Amino acid sequence: MKYIEAFRDGRLARKIAGQTAKEADPRRHYYLMEFCGGHTHAISRYGIADLLPAHIHMIHGPGCPVCVLPMGRLENAIQLAQTPGVILCSYGDMLRIPTAKGNSLLKVKSRGADIRMIYSSSEALDIARQNPDKCIVFLAIGFETTTPPTAVVIKQAQKLGLSNFTVFCNHVLTPSAISHILLSPEIRQLGLVRLDGFIGPAHVSTVIGSRPYEYFVEEFQKPVVIAGFEPLDVIQAILMLVRQINEGRAEVENEFTRAVLPHGNIKAQKLVADVFELRRSFEWRGLGHVPYSALRIKSCFADFDAEQRFEIPALSLPDHKACECGAILRGVKHPRDCKIFGTVCTPDNPIGSCMVSSEGACAAYFRYGRFRDNQSQHEMAGH
Amino acid sequence: MQSSANKKHAYTRTLDFKTGCVEMMHGSGGRAMAQLIDQLFMTAFDNDFLRQMNDQASFTSSGGRMVMATDSHVITPLFFPGGDIGCLSVHGTINDVVMAGAKPLYLSAGFILEEGLPLGDLKRIVESMAAAARVIPVPIITGDTKVVERGSGDGVFITTTGIGMIPENVFISSERAKPGDNILISGTIGDHGIAVMLAREDFAFQSSLESDTASLHDLVSVMVEAVPGIHVLRDPTRGGVAAALNEIAQQSGTGMMLFEERIPVKPAVSAACEFLGFDPMYVANEGKLIAVCAPEDTDKLLDTMRAHPLGCNAAVIGEIIADSHSFVQMKTRFGGTHVVDWLSGDQLPRIC
Repeated sequence: MKYIEAFRDGRLARKIAGQTAKEADPRRHYYLMEFCGGHTHAISRYGIADLLPAHIHMIHGPGCPVCVLPMGRLENAIQLAQTPGVILCSYGDMLRIPTAKGNSLLKVKSRGADIRMIYSSSEALDIARQNPDKCIVFLAIGFETTTPPTAVVIKQAQKLGLSNFTVFCNHVLTPSAISHILLSPEIRQLGLVRLDGFIGPAHVSTVIGSRPYEYFVEEFQKPVVIAGFEPLDVIQAILMLVRQINEGRAEVENEFTRAVLPHGNIKAQKLVADVFELRRSFEWRGLGHVPYSALRIKSCFADFDAEQRFEIPALSLPDHKACECGAILRGVKHPRDCKIFGTVCTPDNPIGSCMVSSEGACAAYFRYGRFRDNQSQHEMAGH
Repeated sequence: MQSSANKKHAYTRTLDFKTGCVEMMHGSGGRAMAQLIDQLFMTAFDNDFLRQMNDQASFTSSGGRMVMATDSHVITPLFFPGGDIGCLSVHGTINDVVMAGAKPLYLSAGFILEEGLPLGDLKRIVESMAAAARVIPVPIITGDTKVVERGSGDGVFITTTGIGMIPENVFISSERAKPGDNILISGTIGDHGIAVMLAREDFAFQSSLESDTASLHDLVSVMVEAVPGIHVLRDPTRGGVAAALNEIAQQSGTGMMLFEERIPVKPAVSAACEFLGFDPMYVANEGKLIAVCAPEDTDKLLDTMRAHPLGCNAAVIGEIIADSHSFVQMKTRFGGTHVVDWLSGDQLPRIC
């Protein structure tokens, strides 16, 4: 814990924030996207925006694992969970995500579906061992961080001959999502979103390393600073981005050197390469179909692939009409731009996925930041 | 008068607490139930009220303001580091009674037992309840037992109701929190929730953390004696300190500003929360209280709390502010501010 507390030191934070304010050019605005939900959470949890000058703007990116899963895949999971003889294992955040019609894994669980919340992929394997007469479906979601643990259990299941264990694979890739955002018409042509730089993922980068980001630094001329999830990491990364922008540089810099190597975790990458292959295209909530942005299980592990073992229809379902999660995930809109934010859509009754996970922009903003809007309304009313 | 527990029943075997289990007949109103009551509950809770063997307990009241609180207790596992469902079911209700500044007088206990519960476990639970009630001391003066079929319960559910008497000059109620008041906590937060979770889930790490389950009657009695004008008392159980503070803010129509660095959290709780992606502000406590008092009373109240074994880590964690939105805000250690909101449902671990 001492090690963690060192990265939450308020005095040091004020010093870095002071330096950032000094170096940031008052004649311009800085638009920085934190890709990861972990950063979104840290920014709101620690009130980092309070320490920054007003012309540095943080834009929340799509890096929230449960937020980007499209409605169709969620509906598939709900149907799988209701299939007789199936135990669906899922990470906790996933359970409350609502479909457009308001259904969720938690709701079908209360109506009798056997759904188990697990903390790690190996628990799903244990459940398979303990229930030989049931078929286990592990709802695998997430970016490069959660992919290696899924690869491990698939390999173990094969070794153990656990024929009742399957994985419904929804793993997605970070670099292709960032490229997709930078290629989107809103940024390229319309100029609706200004993006001057990225705070690069923390945990994802421990796996993939810092090299994969070099492509779009080169291609799009936007600086990337990889940062840890602690608040000092984030504020230091912001200072590093401001410096790059001021100096007209666009480089990959690594603030998170205590965990991220240029080549990443080669053992984990090899595991993933053994078990998974690229999908030609995959739908992301908010981003639409993104080419080569997700993984599927290789044919040599087809026995453990829920998509091979079960009838899983390709569903393309629209989001709730009023929900702005899509635009928010692309950084085009802020949660407060959404008409139903904080009124119809709240953490108690989420309409969109961004309101469910603590890594989602709407939930983070609702839980930690909405009082600022009230304060500014008060101030405006007072004038 | 000889206790009925000492009578020998020649026609029936004594309960087998070593290998026996709760059976449906233990709730059917017949001889087996009478035997369970006699050999277990009467023996453990023994007092004059129970010995009358009526369907109800009668007692005289001395007038004045009484309080009554009821609480149902369900917990997995039934036995956890630092306690069990038995003592928890006494502490929980007693703490609700004493949060009005009251002196607790009587308890009732209702049991729903699941068929198959080992009688040995039930005995441990009942004896733990009896011990918890005896130290206060508050007699358990009436009770009830039902048995449900296997699969319809979770071992044992216990509902307790408590009655207490409020001293004349004490008016503790959450709507009395006023801007300028200070907010105090009696000790480290999150101990119970994390201890139970670590006992329940098979995590790859261990700790010596224990639940803080305790009866706060004595702490409250010294606090009320020192500062009869305490505005609010609340025990932050389910939903943690965050939920309790939001309730007070809403009921009093005020806001709050907390200071993260002043909130006492054990390193083990902090570490487990880090690991699981939880926030200790939302983790349950069973032996802590939040107090709100006027600024001029704060030092005296804090000193009184710190002088008591259950309040030795007490701290002033924030203050009541004027805010028509009743937001509970926290100044983070880092220097920023955020809202400490209600939780929706359970805390769920983060994925990334």
